[in-house]
Amino acid sequence: MADGASQALQMSRDELRRAYRRMKTIRMFEERVEKEFAAGNIPGFAHVYIGQEASGVGVCHDLTDEDYIGSTHRGHGHCIAKGCDVKGMMLEIMGKAGGLCHGKGGSMHIADLSKGMLGANAIVGGSPPIAVGAALTAKMRKNGRVSVAFSGDGASNQGTTFEAMNMAVVLKVPAIFVFENNGYGEHTAASYAVGAPSIAERARSFGLMADCVDGSDFFAVVDGMRRALDRARSEGLPYALETTCTRHLGHFVGDPQPYRTPDELAAARAVDPIKNFRARVTDVKLLDLAELDGIDAEIAAEIEDAAQAALAAPFPDLSTLETDVYSRY
Amino acid sequence: MPKKSYRQAINEAIRQEMRRDPNVIVLGEDVAGGQGSSGGPGKVGSVFGVLAGLYDEFGADRVLDTPITESAIIGTAGGAAMTGLRPIAEIMFADFVGVCFDQIYNQAAKFRYMFGGRAKTPLVIRTTIGAGFRAGAQHSQTLHPLFTMVPGLKVVMPANAYDAKGLMIEAIRDDDPVVFLESKLLYDSDGEVPDEPYRVPFGEANVLREGKDVTVIGTGFMVARAAQVAAELAKSGIQCEVIDPRTTSPFDEDTLIESVQKTGRLVVVDESPPRCGLAADISSIVAEKAFKALKAPIRKVTCPHTPVPFAPNLEDEYMPNPRRIEAAIREVLAA
Ligand SMILES: Cc1ncc(C[n+]2csc(CCOP(=O)(O)OP(=O)(O)O)c2C)c(N)n1
Ligand SMILES: [Mg+2]
Repeated sequence: MADGASQALQMSRDELRRAYRRMKTIRMFEERVEKEFAAGNIPGFAHVYIGQEASGVGVCHDLTDEDYIGSTHRGHGHCIAKGCDVKGMMLEIMGKAGGLCHGKGGSMHIADLSKGMLGANAIVGGSPPIAVGAALTAKMRKNGRVSVAFSGDGASNQGTTFEAMNMAVVLKVPAIFVFENNGYGEHTAASYAVGAPSIAERARSFGLMADCVDGSDFFAVVDGMRRALDRARSEGLPYALETTCTRHLGHFVGDPQPYRTPDELAAARAVDPIKNFRARVTDVKLLDLAELDGIDAEIAAEIEDAAQAALAAPFPDLSTLETDVYSRY
Repeated sequence: MPKKSYRQAINEAIRQEMRRDPNVIVLGEDVAGGQGSSGGPGKVGSVFGVLAGLYDEFGADRVLDTPITESAIIGTAGGAAMTGLRPIAEIMFADFVGVCFDQIYNQAAKFRYMFGGRAKTPLVIRTTIGAGFRAGAQHSQTLHPLFTMVPGLKVVMPANAYDAKGLMIEAIRDDDPVVFLESKLLYDSDGEVPDEPYRVPFGEANVLREGKDVTVIGTGFMVARAAQVAAELAKSGIQCEVIDPRTTSPFDEDTLIESVQKTGRLVVVDESPPRCGLAADISSIVAEKAFKALKAPIRKVTCPHTPVPFAPNLEDEYMPNPRRIEAAIREVLAA
């Protein structure tokens, strides 16, 4: 099996640029979300993906717009990794007209079916069964698509998740269950709440092939996903991939985290997938720092533009309150 | 009398009952918080802080943090209740009962009847309700009609801090499953709350304001809204009688009917969609039992038949707001 470094060498410069751009877009998007939240421009609550960028981007690296993903309450990173428009996302998060869901969804319900993005989900454990359904469609249509359900370590304990995994095995559908283990479900540690020796181990006992990779290492995630995709695309069978990450910030923006010591937080933040990536690709001289910094500047402009557009946009027209409940009524 | 918040009032009720009866336990997600973490457990006390300090006083045996697994939370609590404990189970947001409704309505609610009266299920399910929190379609619903229609459940909707404490103590001492619906927007509201334990009985409405012109009834957060509009209208000589039933099951029909006999007019304010809801239920009770007293058609002020929208302006329009309540009152007075 190829290790991370040789995978990096096998990727084209364009592929690496795209991966970096996505990870860094997530980081800067989320930093802007924090800032706008603090300024009172984002209603409700927001869960950011900072520290987990390599997981979402690695998982989506070999997916196309035709493949499906189902996401979580911490969904901004998954959206960007799957190619959702950041301006449409920012508008949605601020509840504005022109948002990806016309301001009706918000941070926890961003969806873009044209990108195969079946929705962030505010119900923990909501996505896995839905992803099995999308995998069933792919199987029936024989179109070679796969369906990915993102879940956290916390969601891995939900009954709906167990049922979905068993269903995928029984129905033999190309569903990939990605468990992003960031060590916490809200304010409770995974080491307490996951009763099994590991999430991947438990998935295996459900009859899936399963694996655990370093979710802060983009290349390790891509590598793990390639094994999952191989199984799903060529055999039409499900797979579970656990990606270990660290949560750099609180559960939600503003979480004071009294349950984490400063030392633990510092250690969690020291694991930085973007720093890792930059070091890896510059070490092997595939991309240089000047080029990466140039990409950063472009992203900064794009995020600024998205935020300004969202701040300036109007709220939805009140006449839309009762639209879109049904197709026909 | 000391002033306490709605949140503190519930905390105090649970704390006092846990001291009084070792069978009372608390379970749910992050009810202690910090289990397995570097900072150690007990620093959260449930996400809205309602259970603050309980872990420190009662420990892990009686304040049980669970995985994120609502079916097992309610199933465990129901099973424990049937066998002698008095569990208080928390479902963080009422919306999440979608995950565990079987354990509520097919299991716990039915034990007693199905088993010919031989089972006792002293279970309290605490959960949070209400829009206005900008939390979107899956964290904002007010689902009291769903529970109220289930035979075997008692449904409590405290509208102020005093009631919150007394109703919680009553709920814990009750031998049936009680769904205790806490309005998120009321947590920080203050009221006079005695230090000592006391009970507020189920099925006894609170008449907040007496009036001869129109009866206005609402539950939970809507009580404050109705009272606010009534106070405003009083300035122009319109006398509203404002009723808070406190519990929707059992429901105090007598107080309502008596009031409508006096006023001849009814406005029902209810934060939930209009179909098959509490407003429809209350209207039907009055139509059946006080039809001849009515001088005008009953008016319901509810949410529209839609999920809860995220955009703040849409959400404010979604909820029954003072403008819509006032318009309804003026309409029945004009009829
Ligand atoms: C059914 C349900 N239960 C509880 C919650 C409240 N909640 C939101 S996120 C969360 C923690 C999820 O943890 P995890 O799956 O590890 O995801 P992470 O937040 O770490 O990304 C909880 C308990 C919810 N939204 N839905
Ligand atoms: Mg987690």
